[in-house]
Amino acid sequence: MSDLLEQAERLLESAKGNEEIEIYVSSGVETEVRAYQGEIENLSSASSSGIGIRVLTDGVSGAQVGTAWAGSLDEESVRDALREARDNVRFASEDEFVAFARPDGVDPVALSLRDDTVLTTPLDDKIAMAIELERRVRDGDPRIRQVDSANYSDYVAEAAIVSSTGIRASYARSGAYLSVEAIASDGNDDQTGWGLSAGRAPGELDIELAAHDAITRATRMLGAVKPASMKCTAVFDPRTAATLLAIIGGALSGDAVVRGRSFFADRVGEVVASPLFSLIDDPTDPRHFAASSHDGEGLACRRNVLISKGQLQGFVYDTYSARRAGTASTGSALRGGIAGSPSAGCRALQLEPGEEDQATILKGVGFGVYVESIMGVHSGVNPVSGDFSVGVTGLMIRDGQLAEPVRELTVASTLQRMLLDLTHVGNDVEWLPGSAAGQTLAIAGIAVSGS
Amino acid sequence: MLQRTIDEALSRGGQFAEVFVEDRATSSAVLDQRRVEELSSGRDRGAGVRVVVGETTGFAHTADLSETGLLAAARAAAAVAREGGGGVREVALEPLRRYPSSAQIEPSDVEKSKKIELLLQADDVARSEGSAITQVQVGLGDSTRRFVVANSEGVFASDHQVRTRFNVSCIATGDTGMQTGYRPVAATRGFELLNPEVIEEAARGAARQAITKLQARPAPSGDLPVVLASGSGGILFHEACGHGLEADAIMKQASVYAGKVGQQVASPLVTLVDDGTVAGEWGYLAIDDEGHPSSRNVLIENGVLTDYMWDYLRARKEGRHVSANGRRQSYQHLPMVRMTNTYLLEGDSDADEIVAQTPYGVYVAQLGGGQVNTATGDFVFGMTAAFLIEDGKITAPLRDCNLIGNGPEILQRVDAVGRDFSMMPGTCGKDGQQVPVGCGQATMRLSAITIGGAAA
Repeated sequence: MSDLLEQAERLLESAKGNEEIEIYVSSGVETEVRAYQGEIENLSSASSSGIGIRVLTDGVSGAQVGTAWAGSLDEESVRDALREARDNVRFASEDEFVAFARPDGVDPVALSLRDDTVLTTPLDDKIAMAIELERRVRDGDPRIRQVDSANYSDYVAEAAIVSSTGIRASYARSGAYLSVEAIASDGNDDQTGWGLSAGRAPGELDIELAAHDAITRATRMLGAVKPASMKCTAVFDPRTAATLLAIIGGALSGDAVVRGRSFFADRVGEVVASPLFSLIDDPTDPRHFAASSHDGEGLACRRNVLISKGQLQGFVYDTYSARRAGTASTGSALRGGIAGSPSAGCRALQLEPGEEDQATILKGVGFGVYVESIMGVHSGVNPVSGDFSVGVTGLMIRDGQLAEPVRELTVASTLQRMLLDLTHVGNDVEWLPGSAAGQTLAIAGIAVSGS
Repeated sequence: MLQRTIDEALSRGGQFAEVFVEDRATSSAVLDQRRVEELSSGRDRGAGVRVVVGETTGFAHTADLSETGLLAAARAAAAVAREGGGGVREVALEPLRRYPSSAQIEPSDVEKSKKIELLLQADDVARSEGSAITQVQVGLGDSTRRFVVANSEGVFASDHQVRTRFNVSCIATGDTGMQTGYRPVAATRGFELLNPEVIEEAARGAARQAITKLQARPAPSGDLPVVLASGSGGILFHEACGHGLEADAIMKQASVYAGKVGQQVASPLVTLVDDGTVAGEWGYLAIDDEGHPSSRNVLIENGVLTDYMWDYLRARKEGRHVSANGRRQSYQHLPMVRMTNTYLLEGDSDADEIVAQTPYGVYVAQLGGGQVNTATGDFVFGMTAAFLIEDGKITAPLRDCNLIGNGPEILQRVDAVGRDFSMMPGTCGKDGQQVPVGCGQATMRLSAITIGGAAA
């Protein structure tokens, strides 16, 4: 890791007098195993590294920035990238808000996110986990007729960010995952279900949990029918709730706000959600898989309160959006790898847990639709207008309990309405890969479209 | 060197080895509210090596293109050959088949300032549509992808794929809040794609779409007849059956279309083709990423399922012809069975007549992507510009929502196909890999599909 930091710092020395330079370097190793019918179907192992360079120059009415990246760290690639970034600067508009991050005095929280047993665990053990996962799902229930993917994957990644404006940060993380998709059949109907177990190292993974999840989800959907169209309460399970929270997090990005692309803009202080809804973004909480000590500009990550008891408190900002909004960065720059430029976004959302478990919530709801998986998020949710419509599979809720399975339906509303129509928040927080943890949520007044 | 890499990959045993060397240069520019936010350039070079031993594939990739780097990747990929002792195999590569660039004007030959002029032109045009347009964002990107692929069966080929995309996003603001409009232009061509007429049409289209949607009412819910405008409706077939006709899903019995070749799976009006040879289209390929010349493959003919799409390994295993559908996002990915340009052949109805003969339903002018579960056939696709049809006329605009259906059922409900064929570009994601694809069809109607709107 210190190698990466040193390498990045050496490059900074090439900065010319009239420019600022920011260097992001990353490297990682990964393993992926897919098992099928007791054998390895695919086994991939790879290491990769790369660099993203931004160059900034000051002009009359603001700064200009140019970007370039390369998928390797050899001298020639890095030199070419620096030359391209410098060339690109000339064509960018001058913008008074453009700047690189500067140290802001906030110390990073010490987090231990890298577990080297990812590297020391023998490959044979990893292969064995994938094969065992497949076997347990296949043998776990006579109605499972196929396991079309059973995967083990892991990675260790590290990154460093340095800039001529004083940023000097490096961090590392690891992850290990088991995922499986099962197909259940009752002779005339096929249904699918997937299971997941995630951790920072192979030793944290729970094969039984992932297998059980996939089997339960696939088998209990057998015989699913299309329900009648109606308006009712929808109960989202922790995984689909996490998806919902991540979408809402998108509209809480300072970047969307300053660009006039968020329905939350200009509403700080107003009630935008049910009093049950308190949302924070806290990458310093190590329980979150996306936890991080530093953001994509090298500032310390911190806990940010976004919505408190339904009242909008504020947004997450990177340096650019903060300057445009007349405030300071909240340490919330996201960076999509070497090719991405920093942009403000939520990294580790969590909703304050409620008092009730899922069974109590179902009892309280009485009648409705229990949403177990959703599809079409990218095609049916408009984060600008707030229009929300997704395809769903799940179960009916009758007499306060899960009842018959349903499929080929959509649930629709607007994100604005859904926040206000929230009626229950569960205490069953699931820490999931992705930018949000999730727990059971009940939302009233949802339009269910079926037959 | 490639030959030695393949030899190394097979040294521990294995029936097949392949090395794929790729060099990709990309550039992009974004104009947001008349500010050129950023020009970005990227370069990614590397090689992926795979080895097949029995039913197992080993894969490794490296950014180190020296002989040392390639041989190390070959050994890592060969690690799946556990028994070892494959012995020495003589691999003789064919003479290199070299395919020319898909560009007339290479992106690297275009002045950056010229690209920025186009961005500004689009902004001007979009804003001229009215003061309701409060946000305009324009993006331009190009990618030049050169690769060489060689395998142990002697295949040795190289391609030079240039792709250019341009997109305009607008936001209109009114009493009802904000609405969005979006138009993509994308082709497997060079800078010649972007003439002022193309840009004007995209910018005007995006702006008008956003303004129109300010008046939109919530879409209905429940089953209704739907007319899909020429072009973007092709995504319906991509999701409703395209993915389910990919041989990887078929061979794992994870598709509702497995075992149905020769059966009537769609309305007789449906003849569906996947065709990598359509020059210039977004899903065009001279060769696929396994080195086989692209081809035109009829998947469904007059409603009867005729064939699936194949990558090389699965086709070889089944003794099928190679359909050249083996594609990969980059050298860092294993090839998979993927679509190219997937389209419905024209019918003989008149587009206006199709609408006129629909008493009540929904007219979808633009679709915005979709998703499918191939094992159950259930799929969704989103409408990003749609209108009610009342008494055979297109009337009120509708807000965005998803449509949901089951592939095998929906294919039977195609009850009219027009003569105004056109294609649309899209990005297809599968197992985390993104590849460019084309979709196409003439104006067509589904007798019923579930509209996922919020209206009661």
